[in-house]
Amino acid sequence: MSQFTINMLFVGGSFALYIAIAIWSRAASTKEFYVAGSGVNPVVNGMATAADWMSAASFISMAGIISAGGYGSSTYLMGWTGGYVLLAMLLAPYLRKFGKFTVPQFIGDRFYSSGARLTAVVCLIVISVTYVIGQMTGAGVAFSRFLEVSSTAGLIIAAIVVFFYAVLGGMKGITYTQVAQYVVLIIAYTIPAIFISIHLTGNPIPPLGLFSDHTQSGVPLLSKLDSVVRELGFQDYTADVPNKLNMTLLTLSLMIGTAGLPHVIIRFFTVPKVADARWSAGWALVFIALLYLSAPAVAAMARLNLLTTIYPDGAEQASIRYEDRPDWIKNWEATGLIKYEDKNNDGRIQYYNDAPAFQQTAQERGWNGNEMTVNNDIIVLANPEIANLPAWVVGLIAAGGLAAALSTAAGLLLAISSAVSHDLIKGWIKPDISDRGELLAARISMAVAIVVSTWLGINPPGFAAQVVALAFGIAAASIFPALMLGIFSKRVNSIGAICGMLAGFISTVVYIFLYLGWFFIPGTATFANTEANWLLGISPLSFGAVGAVINFVVALTVSAFTAPPPKEIQELVESVRYPRGAGAATGH
Amino acid sequence: MSDKNSSAEQYWRANLRLILGCLIVWALVSYGFAILLRPLLAGISVGGTDLGFWFAQQGSIITFIVLIFFYAWRMNALDKRFDVHED
Repeated sequence: MSQFTINMLFVGGSFALYIAIAIWSRAASTKEFYVAGSGVNPVVNGMATAADWMSAASFISMAGIISAGGYGSSTYLMGWTGGYVLLAMLLAPYLRKFGKFTVPQFIGDRFYSSGARLTAVVCLIVISVTYVIGQMTGAGVAFSRFLEVSSTAGLIIAAIVVFFYAVLGGMKGITYTQVAQYVVLIIAYTIPAIFISIHLTGNPIPPLGLFSDHTQSGVPLLSKLDSVVRELGFQDYTADVPNKLNMTLLTLSLMIGTAGLPHVIIRFFTVPKVADARWSAGWALVFIALLYLSAPAVAAMARLNLLTTIYPDGAEQASIRYEDRPDWIKNWEATGLIKYEDKNNDGRIQYYNDAPAFQQTAQERGWNGNEMTVNNDIIVLANPEIANLPAWVVGLIAAGGLAAALSTAAGLLLAISSAVSHDLIKGWIKPDISDRGELLAARISMAVAIVVSTWLGINPPGFAAQVVALAFGIAAASIFPALMLGIFSKRVNSIGAICGMLAGFISTVVYIFLYLGWFFIPGTATFANTEANWLLGISPLSFGAVGAVINFVVALTVSAFTAPPPKEIQELVESVRYPRGAGAATGH
Repeated sequence: MSDKNSSAEQYWRANLRLILGCLIVWALVSYGFAILLRPLLAGISVGGTDLGFWFAQQGSIITFIVLIFFYAWRMNALDKRFDVHED
């Protein structure tokens, strides 16, 4: 059987499964559509949350980023997991107790203001739409690389599948497909990781293999990797980072941003009880950690594997001849993710760090510039081939990448459609709409959201790469502080919360635009995006944490000088703090 | 203040203390051991590198999981002790 047929079988089989789940789990009421009837087991919800959270970026790109960045990229590992601690203690149980359907609804009720609710809806839509573009392009890329269809055709197929289970089943359909998608993606990630770990260290558990001895050389794997990359002019893999302030703030921004992402928060509305929301956050992190603990092992091992492929006799010896290169390099050259140019015409591949400090060594070795560029995504995508794994594992990676992209896309689409149908239509435009009418409105807004995001996936705006900074920054600076203050302070009032959200939102967006271009239009950046220009060395990616602090300070200060919230609001805050009487989530 | 109110107040304060304790550990393993205090831990070697690197890529994530389960377990017990649990 050809690789193409195998990939088709895996992807087609997983899609058939998702559609079967969609038919089985149709939603009959708004409560089923928005929160899966609040009847999801906490472990099941944990698994669905893990798939909801782990996007195309976690699955395809994260190991590659760590592989290139070494210790410095640990921020992503800590930042994208530590947020669950904040969710479990500061948000999820209380919002579950509040028992409504959407995040803006809590903000609107707690701050007794439709202006606050509207501000939250705007933040939610900006966050979720920018985030969903990345998922759709990720799905398109996975299709075009593994299934030999154009990424446009691939995207449309993916959109039809999502349409099926998200429009029919709402949160109920999405929950159970996310469970299936989690199983697909974790198997796809883990199998190549185990094989590469056994191959390099003899240890079948990748997180332990990372700190074991490299079988071939007998020295610890990380020492071996450090010495190989040093020989080629790269920074040591385990080297410390000089700008600790930026590393700390980036980690903090990613953590607070994670906890403030609406599509993650609403997953905790689907469990039956407050106690379940606490357990469920723990289970979610367990399932996420299965991937996140393996990712740094894959990162280090794949980098060592890649370098030993190119320098089979050691980094100080001659590199491999281009015509002797293994098949996987040929395969991925065809996709443009690996590029080669023989700059010194010696027929060999020189892959090294083209930095000024390394110029002299390079000249002594007769090198005339780095000759190969390797896209970060190769580390995961080509991992099975680099480790000589059978063809079906490659098929699994294709299905896994799609599962990661589609599960996150579906969660985001639900967050968008429920904000439109529940917060805008039911909460504002037509409050007397019937349950059936609202369900129809929810389905229509879901369908529109799918069409819009598919269109954006096919015609990605030029700023697709920067949107991560925007989504996390806004979630950290606007949504998270508003929710936390709403629960932990009885004193913060309507005007304080609105001023806080706007101050956090505007300061973060302006800081990002200053360096990355106004509205991401190329050439409009006020300052060049370099460390020397950053305020106190804080990168635009890391500013969300500062925006959050601005939000907290403004909200508390403005509230202190204005009237406290009415008595019934203070009672509402009391009631979310105590689990008894949560009952079922209702829309009223 | 009635008994009910003071008991509710105690429950909330116990929750805040528990959150504070957990967040100190949360910050210590990630911002502390893995980032700011890494140079201090450089002497403790773990598989070809130092303890700070292990915390940055493994230890902090494992600690986060333990913290959430510990918090859930303690809070669910507090819910029962202060009689605010569901069903």
